[in-house]
Amino acid sequence: MAIFLTKESKVIVQGMTGSEGQKHTKRMLASGANIVGGVNPRKAGTTVDFDGTDVPVFGGVAEAMEATGADVTVIFVPEKFTKSAVVEAIDAEIPLCVVITEGIAVHDSAAFWAYAGQKGNKTRIIGPNCPGLITPGQSNAGIIPADITKPGRIGLVSKSGTLTYQMMYELRDIGFSTCVGIGGDPVIGTTHIDALRAFEADPETDLIVMIGEIGGDAEERAADFIKENVSKPVVGYVAGFTAPEGKTMGHAGAIVSGSSGTAQAKKEALEAAGVKVGKTPSETARLARELLVG
Amino acid sequence: MDLFEYQARDIFAKHDVPVLAGEVIDTPEAARAVTERLGGRAVVKAQVKTGGRGKAGGVKLASDPADAVDKASQILGMDIKGHTVHRVMLAQTADIAEEYYVSFLLDRTNRTFLAMASVEGGVEIEEVAATKPEALAKIPVDAIEGVTEEKAREIVAAAKFPAELTDQVVNVLQKLWDVFIKEDALLVEVNPLVKTGDGKVIALDGKVSLDENAEFRQPDHAELEDKAAANPLEAAAKAKGLNYVKLDGQVGIIGNGAGLVMSTLDVVAYAGEKHNNVKPANFLDIGGGASAEVMANGLEIILGDPDVTSVFVNVFGGITACDAVANGIVQALELLKSRGEDVSKPLVVRLDGNNSELGRKILTDADHPLVQQVDTMDGAADRAAELAAQ
Repeated sequence: MAIFLTKESKVIVQGMTGSEGQKHTKRMLASGANIVGGVNPRKAGTTVDFDGTDVPVFGGVAEAMEATGADVTVIFVPEKFTKSAVVEAIDAEIPLCVVITEGIAVHDSAAFWAYAGQKGNKTRIIGPNCPGLITPGQSNAGIIPADITKPGRIGLVSKSGTLTYQMMYELRDIGFSTCVGIGGDPVIGTTHIDALRAFEADPETDLIVMIGEIGGDAEERAADFIKENVSKPVVGYVAGFTAPEGKTMGHAGAIVSGSSGTAQAKKEALEAAGVKVGKTPSETARLARELLVG
Repeated sequence: MDLFEYQARDIFAKHDVPVLAGEVIDTPEAARAVTERLGGRAVVKAQVKTGGRGKAGGVKLASDPADAVDKASQILGMDIKGHTVHRVMLAQTADIAEEYYVSFLLDRTNRTFLAMASVEGGVEIEEVAATKPEALAKIPVDAIEGVTEEKAREIVAAAKFPAELTDQVVNVLQKLWDVFIKEDALLVEVNPLVKTGDGKVIALDGKVSLDENAEFRQPDHAELEDKAAANPLEAAAKAKGLNYVKLDGQVGIIGNGAGLVMSTLDVVAYAGEKHNNVKPANFLDIGGGASAEVMANGLEIILGDPDVTSVFVNVFGGITACDAVANGIVQALELLKSRGEDVSKPLVVRLDGNNSELGRKILTDADHPLVQQVDTMDGAADRAAELAAQ
């Protein structure tokens, strides 16, 4: 069953005709995703050939959905056009919108998040500035490499792209139900809590690995949520113990402000909720392995 | 990016927020002419990006132009909480009757914006929030609706501003919201917002923080950056388009992806506990496209850091192909040598993921005397820490 994305998902790509969009559409197709169309108003009516698969280009998200039954969109458009691309996806009421683009102004992400709420939250947003999500063996919406791991029973939710890959690699022999990269920006759509709730409800997920990092209080709130609502074992990892106060560490949201947002506070909150927290990614993987296979 | 008070004042003035006249100077002598222009008296204020400058003696009243020169010379060069004062702002004096507080900021938890206001301003607002939370009004602001006149009145009422000031404060709030939106700010704070003896409301001191991700539509913001204060290595890295933060340890770090690099710093710090307590020397994320040139630029910065005694290159190839990274390392070392750089610090390399076998083979075949490979992240961190401690 997996979460958010299955083999039934029909995926369109906003920005498919750009260089990033083309590169990753090709990779998604190669990993088995059902890519049913692209969106570019200036190239509507044409098709793009991906190694023998012709993918049609539509003028808009609504039109693409009507023609193909698409229920997932992946956005690769440049940062200055991302807000309007997300707003278009929300207007079309597509169930899942995955925003890969990085470097989004926070006023734009706050605006499209507010807009999604105003429209009744019919569209789940993942990202921005995220690697997307993969349900190994079924579908792939974003830029996560499909050849790291296989289908299995671990659910993974992470703020960081490369740590997602690292964890998939460490536990590649066990396999994953779904891996979700939610992004490290200050304002994101889908949160740790949303993914935890979905994994808890997913009969094909036995254990959840959550990866957090410094900044904000998402991990602390996730810890509160786990305490009350999650019966499955959760293993955690938090990056940024050595990050100095007041410095942005790569991700726009990864900043310790005063005494808030520290890795130590997040680790303690998670442990208080019964989550086993690893000191390194490898130790975290070991904890997950022990819980699953003894 | 946090701004200096004088920069915040200029931005406030640009958006019609009521402020006092003021000019910034960096030599004491310049204070004379400025004070004359301000009417013969001035407040001399240290320009530092930290709080508590008043208590530290960084704000002084000058009664005439000669006194302003004297006061400016006392404040310029002062150290306030580790910040050297390079500039002072001379501002018009004000007859302060009351001090208030207002701000707009990003509320990450609720993924929206927040207005905060209090009639108990002039002190650190964290102190008010901690000791007298009921005196600090917090009103959510919808990112699409923004601060309408109605919303501004709601904020004013919640903070219990005096009735006779309502219209003025409502006006200030709407103008500050213009600053917040039009300048892509993450924080706009006025503390204190004052009522003068003749009943006028003025923004006396302000703090503004701008979103660097908005630079694509804010071309003017680049020149607000305090280039002189940046660490020279950070400035050099920024000029090369690298995402680098200088830290105070000995193990130079290069990795791909912000999360993995943060994690690498932590793992090195843990490993360092066993090796003379060595620590990571920097954060450097070379991102997805690890070309030879990017690797050379990164290595140049890190090898140029006199604190660095070993280097750890930690790459997990997702999109990035490890053979390209390996070629990048080999070519970078050649390139640096041909530029006449001193390349003598040991490099520990860990490659996993996309094309990692090919990448490892390239490094093995190159057989560079400074490069060692370790297969796991924890093992490589331990080796890099051990080498740094020697």
